[in-house]
Amino acid sequence: MGAERLSKHVLLIGFGLVMLYPLLWMVSSSVKPTETIFRDPSIWPTETDFGNYAGGWTALEHPFHFYLLNSAVIAVLAVAGNLLSCSLAAYAFARLRFPGRNLFFAAMLATLMLPIHVLIVPQYVLFSQLDWINTDLPLVVPKFLAHDAFFIFLMVQFIRGLPRELDEAARIDGCGHIRIYWRIIMPLSVPALATSALFTFIWTWNDFFSQLVFLTDPELWTMPVALRSFMDGQGETAWGQLFAMSIVGLVPIFGFFLAGQRYLTQGIATTGFK
Amino acid sequence: MSKRLERADRIGYLFLTPWFIGMAAFTVGPILASLYLSFTEYTLLKPPEWLGLDNYREMLADPRLHKSLAVTFVYVFVSVPVQLVLALALALVLNRGVRGLSFYRSVYYLPSLLAGSVSIAILWRQIFGKDGLVNQLLEPFGVEGVSWVAHPDFALGTLVVLNAWTFGAPMVIFLAGLRQIPATYYEAAQVDGAGTVSRFFHITLPLLTPIIFFNLVLQMIGAFQSFTQAFVISGGQGGPSDSTLLYTLYLYQRGFGSFDMGYASAMAWVLLAVIAALTGLNFLFAKRWVFYGS
Repeated sequence: MGAERLSKHVLLIGFGLVMLYPLLWMVSSSVKPTETIFRDPSIWPTETDFGNYAGGWTALEHPFHFYLLNSAVIAVLAVAGNLLSCSLAAYAFARLRFPGRNLFFAAMLATLMLPIHVLIVPQYVLFSQLDWINTDLPLVVPKFLAHDAFFIFLMVQFIRGLPRELDEAARIDGCGHIRIYWRIIMPLSVPALATSALFTFIWTWNDFFSQLVFLTDPELWTMPVALRSFMDGQGETAWGQLFAMSIVGLVPIFGFFLAGQRYLTQGIATTGFK
Repeated sequence: MSKRLERADRIGYLFLTPWFIGMAAFTVGPILASLYLSFTEYTLLKPPEWLGLDNYREMLADPRLHKSLAVTFVYVFVSVPVQLVLALALALVLNRGVRGLSFYRSVYYLPSLLAGSVSIAILWRQIFGKDGLVNQLLEPFGVEGVSWVAHPDFALGTLVVLNAWTFGAPMVIFLAGLRQIPATYYEAAQVDGAGTVSRFFHITLPLLTPIIFFNLVLQMIGAFQSFTQAFVISGGQGGPSDSTLLYTLYLYQRGFGSFDMGYASAMAWVLLAVIAALTGLNFLFAKRWVFYGS
C-alpha cells in the first residue's frame, strides 16, 4: 500500500514537472545570455545575468512600465465595471420577480455561447462612429453595462444559494431592494465577487484580440500588444529580453493565482468555465 | 396589491438597466448589424453597398476560407478530446484521497490561466523553433529536429499541444463532479465484488457523463475561438502555407487587415452557425450517452 501511494506521488510530481518545465525553463532562460538559450535545455542557469530585464525594459519606444500601466488601467476599470454591473443584474435575476424575467435570463445565458468574433466587426463600426477607436472606452464601457454574462451567471448561482430569510427579515424592517442589495447581499457575496474580480483581471490582462483591434496607436498599447510588436520587431535576435518581458507580463497573473487560487478553482467548479 | 406588484416590476427593471443598455448596444444591435453587413460590401470609407448573397457565394469559392475551416476543425477535434482525456485521467487519480490534492490541482490548473497570453505564445514559438527547447531535449537521442512552428505538417500540432496543456480547467470541473458521486455506490459495488475497472465503467463513467458532456460543449466552443496563439506564433499570417490559419485569424485578416467588413461579417455568421450546429449536435447525441439519473 505504501509503495503504491509513493509511486502515485512520484507519477503526479513527474507529470507536474513535465507540464511546468517550459515555464521554469523560460524563467531560467531569462537570466541566461541569449546565445545559451539555444543550447542549454536545463532549468538551472550556469551563469546569471539580469541584463535581459534591464535591456528588455527599454527596448521598445516607451519603457515597459508604460505598457504595464496601460494594461493595469484597463484591467482595474474592467474589474470595477464587472463587479458593479453584473451584481446588479444578478440581484434582479436571483431575487426579484418581474414580467419577462425568465426570457431575459435565457437571453443572457445564450450570450455566453456567443463568440466575440461574431460581434467585433459591427462593434468596431459602432465605436469608430462614436470616435472611440484608439481610446480605452471600447474595452471599458461594456464592462459597466454587464456585457460579461459569465459573471452575471456566476453571481446568480451564488446569490440563489444565500438564505432568503435574511432578505425577508430586512423587508419586514422596512428595507428597500437597493438597501438589501447593497447592505445584505453584497457583503455576503464576497466569495463570488472575489472570483469575478480575479477572473476579470486575469482575462483582461491576457486579452489580446480586442486590444489588438481597438488600440492601434502605439501610445495606447497594452502589455500584450507591445510584447507582440517586440517579438515581430526584434524577435529572433533578442530572445533573452523577450523572455524577460514575457515573464514580467505573467507576474501579476501568477501573483493573483497564488493569492486567490481557492476562489479560482471554486469559481470554475461552480460555473464550469476556464 | 397590483400597485405593489408594479413597483416590484419597476425595481427589477431598474436593476437590469445597465444590462439592457449593454445588451442592446453591444450584443443585439451588433448581431443585427452584422447580419445586414454580411449582405453588403463595406470598407468603412463609403456607406455599405448591397450585394445580396455575393459574400456567401464568394465564401463557397474561397480556398483560404476552406483551408481555415479545415484547420479549425482539425484543431478543435484533436485538441479537445486529448485535453478532456487528460483532464479525466488526472481527476480520477487525484480523486482517490490523494494527499496534497489542492497542491496538485493548483499546479495542473496554472497553465489554463496562462496559456491564452501573448507571453506563452512567445514561449511556444521558441520551444518549437529550430534551436528550441524541444529539439535541444531531442538531440541526445540522435533526433535532428526541424523547426516545428515553421513546418506545414507540424505547426498546427504545436497549437494542439498548447490547447491540450490547458486540461487543468476541465479537470477541476471533473473533480467537483466526482465528489458528487455518493460513496455508498462504491461500497455497495465492493460488497458485490466489483473490481476497480468494473466500478469505473458501471458507476463512475455513467454518473459522470453529464459533466463530460458539459466540458465537451464548453471546451469546443472555447477552442473555436482560439486566436492569440495562432496569431502570435505565425506572426499574424497563419502560416506556414496557411497551416495554422484558424478561422478567427482569417476573419481578422479580412475584417481588420483589408477592412472587408462585409465579408468578415458573413464569416462571423457562418462561425455562429457552425458553433450553434455543433452545440445542437452535441445535445442531440448527448441523449444517447449522457446519463442523468432517474
